[in-house]
Amino acid sequence: MLKKEELLDLQFVDARARLIDLAAFLDRLDRHEGSADIRLRYFKEALPILLEDRPDRAKAVLEKFSDHSSDLPETAPFQGATGAPVN
Amino acid sequence: MVSRTTDDYEKLALAGCEALCEPAFWAGFDRSSADGFHDYFRQLTEYEPKRAARFGIKHFCWLCINPKEADDPGFAREVMALIPDFIEKENVLGIGEIGLNKNTRSELKIFEEHVQIALDHDLPILIHTPHLEDKLKGTRLILDSLASFGKLDRSKVIIDHVEEHTVAEVLDAGYWAGMTLYPESKCTPARAIDILEVYGTERIWMNSACDWGVSDPMAVPKCALEMRRRKHTAEQIEKIVYTNPKEFLSQSPKFRI
Repeated sequence: MLKKEELLDLQFVDARARLIDLAAFLDRLDRHEGSADIRLRYFKEALPILLEDRPDRAKAVLEKFSDHSSDLPETAPFQGATGAPVN
Repeated sequence: MVSRTTDDYEKLALAGCEALCEPAFWAGFDRSSADGFHDYFRQLTEYEPKRAARFGIKHFCWLCINPKEADDPGFAREVMALIPDFIEKENVLGIGEIGLNKNTRSELKIFEEHVQIALDHDLPILIHTPHLEDKLKGTRLILDSLASFGKLDRSKVIIDHVEEHTVAEVLDAGYWAGMTLYPESKCTPARAIDILEVYGTERIWMNSACDWGVSDPMAVPKCALEMRRRKHTAEQIEKIVYTNPKEFLSQSPKFRI
């Protein structure tokens, strides 16, 4: 496994770019008209997870965006997925 | 690979690919009749093996009606009735990719009927887990359902598209886990390598998404390159991209490379 310094050399610039993309995404949403739906709420609730001192942030973010309901509909109202539980 | 051009077979051959296995899956649209699946199963068992063979690649496949089109049980059963006509074809490894899409009762019924077909024919099973917000719930539903099949050999089942929030439950239950690599939106090569570093390399493989969306058949070779950059040894890489898939797939007597 790589040492921390080596991993930073390998991936820091890419991670930095992704972080700036997230910031720009939020700026873009603010700039545009209309109203955001519940997906943005999930998004903002997930962001603090990045700063938590834990070894499984990716898992926690995925769980944040997961449907935790227990009901089973007979059939599906639509086929695709939206990335966050919108129903 | 019905959703890919012949160029992609050439790229895979150049990357050293010896064999591939293609699940029966969604065509990018819902087929209007079981006859559409009859043609599709012919494509998977007759035409694609020839197309792959032109580049020295052995082509294997799995059969089923995919979960996305399995929400209508009557239609799904019409398609499933076709499976026995193709199951003895020389490149058919097992039943897949079955599973769930939107976690409905109808999908679950059809999933369980597919599992029974696999058990009746003693075949390996390839399982699709739902995407994005539906994955965690769907994976748990699938695990609960499989637990009700007392005669199921868990070592002959691979549960695919695992991510950080589902991989442990799959491996802990004794199944194989598959990580499907996507250039965007789902598991990336970097995250797949993280999962290997955290959960180890037993009963796990990775595969390239080769579907109708943005996907890359070269994702596995690219991930192998990324593993080298992250100082994984040649032996570790060989185990993930070759030895493990070969071990799982060799449970079908038809799989030979």
